Amino acid sequence: MNRPASSTTTATLSLGVCVSDDHALELQAFAVACGVDEAFVGQLVEEGLVQPAIATPTWRFGGEELGRVRRICRLQRDFGANLHSVAVMLDLLDENDRLRVRLLRAGERLP
Amino acid sequence: MEFKDYYKVLGVERTANEDDIKKAYRRLARKHHPDVNKAADAQARMQEINEANEVLGDKEKRAAYDQVGQGARGGQPFNPPPGWDSGFEFSGGPGGFGGSESHSDFFEALFGAARRGGMNGRRPGGGAQAARGRDHHAKVVVPLEDSFHGATREITLHSPEMDASGQVALRERRLQVGIPKGIRAGQQIRLTGQGSPGLGGAPAGDLYLEVEFEPHPRWRVDGRDLYVTLKVAPWEAALGASVEVRTPDGQVEMNVPAGSQSGRKLRLRGRGIPGGTPGDLYVLLEVVLPPADDDKARAAYRKMAQDLAFDPRAS
Repeated sequence: MNRPASSTTTATLSLGVCVSDDHALELQAFAVACGVDEAFVGQLVEEGLVQPAIATPTWRFGGEELGRVRRICRLQRDFGANLHSVAVMLDLLDENDRLRVRLLRAGERLP
Repeated sequence: MEFKDYYKVLGVERTANEDDIKKAYRRLARKHHPDVNKAADAQARMQEINEANEVLGDKEKRAAYDQVGQGARGGQPFNPPPGWDSGFEFSGGPGGFGGSESHSDFFEALFGAARRGGMNGRRPGGGAQAARGRDHHAKVVVPLEDSFHGATREITLHSPEMDASGQVALRERRLQVGIPKGIRAGQQIRLTGQGSPGLGGAPAGDLYLEVEFEPHPRWRVDGRDLYVTLKVAPWEAALGASVEVRTPDGQVEMNVPAGSQSGRKLRLRGRGIPGGTPGDLYVLLEVVLPPADDDKARAAYRKMAQDLAFDPRAS
């Protein structure tokens, strides 16, 4: 067998929208985009691991939440972690991010 | 295509038992997980580790891999013999949730068809059911300036796809993507219909692009806000001055209040990332002393020392 064949299509213009505000996702579309079911998103919100960007009248989610749910899934899968462990990991990672940003603001170059 | 030595990737012997493999995987995952490790190659390394674990951690796949890999060494050119997998039936790998994790050509050649069959819920030879195409996820790294002015960037994506004859082909796609003005790092651009094609007439999935900014030599970004360090002369800091500050939108004039010290933070409201609620630009002052490298300069410092009676350690 040879290396899988490659094919190229010419560049097509795709404008796209930023997933936030007017384009924030309803629960169903959000769950599909995250590759999880709606009940799991509900559980994450209930446990306080994810917050809808817009809470009323219905939950809507933006890109940051999408990245967060995908991170939760990665942590669950790659470490075999349960949600409680993931919650601790997220707290530590968030803290780490905050400290990094503080260093960055102060002009420190991180390795 | 090169042979991939998955045992070497996980750092275990070929005789390792399930437990050894699990332990080795966990140890490497902790070290290289891209959510933990900020190194640029962490994601690629983790993909390799995940791929090795997907094969060696699964009895069926490991047996198949051991059979085709007899005598092969990592990095050697490798082509699986025709029909090598006829004796195996894979029960659809852990594959997982997003399904966007990419695999090497080597993995795709060995396990690709079985994996995709499992993930789409479509068995080889079975009837195709209507199903919406999978969403794809990728990252796009853009200059900070794109968020100020909007831009169009060309990105290249590679995705393995099965053609009509069941062969895996790597498809390369080039897309012109509009970067909306005001976008921030961590946000996502959704391109409707640019994911996997749907099955049985169902719609295609979407493509989500997570935005990241290239590190900028001048501005540091925190959400909507920008930070910049501005060097000022001692007399500008002491007496106050009007100075020019460069923003991604051009020069603006800023007043340095009299009596400023190094580290003072001044805010230029609304000069951060544009949007309904625009961010701010924070200017951190750094007082730079003129060098005392000639008589005139040394005399000026001596005069200051005499005239000011200043003790920086007084308090």
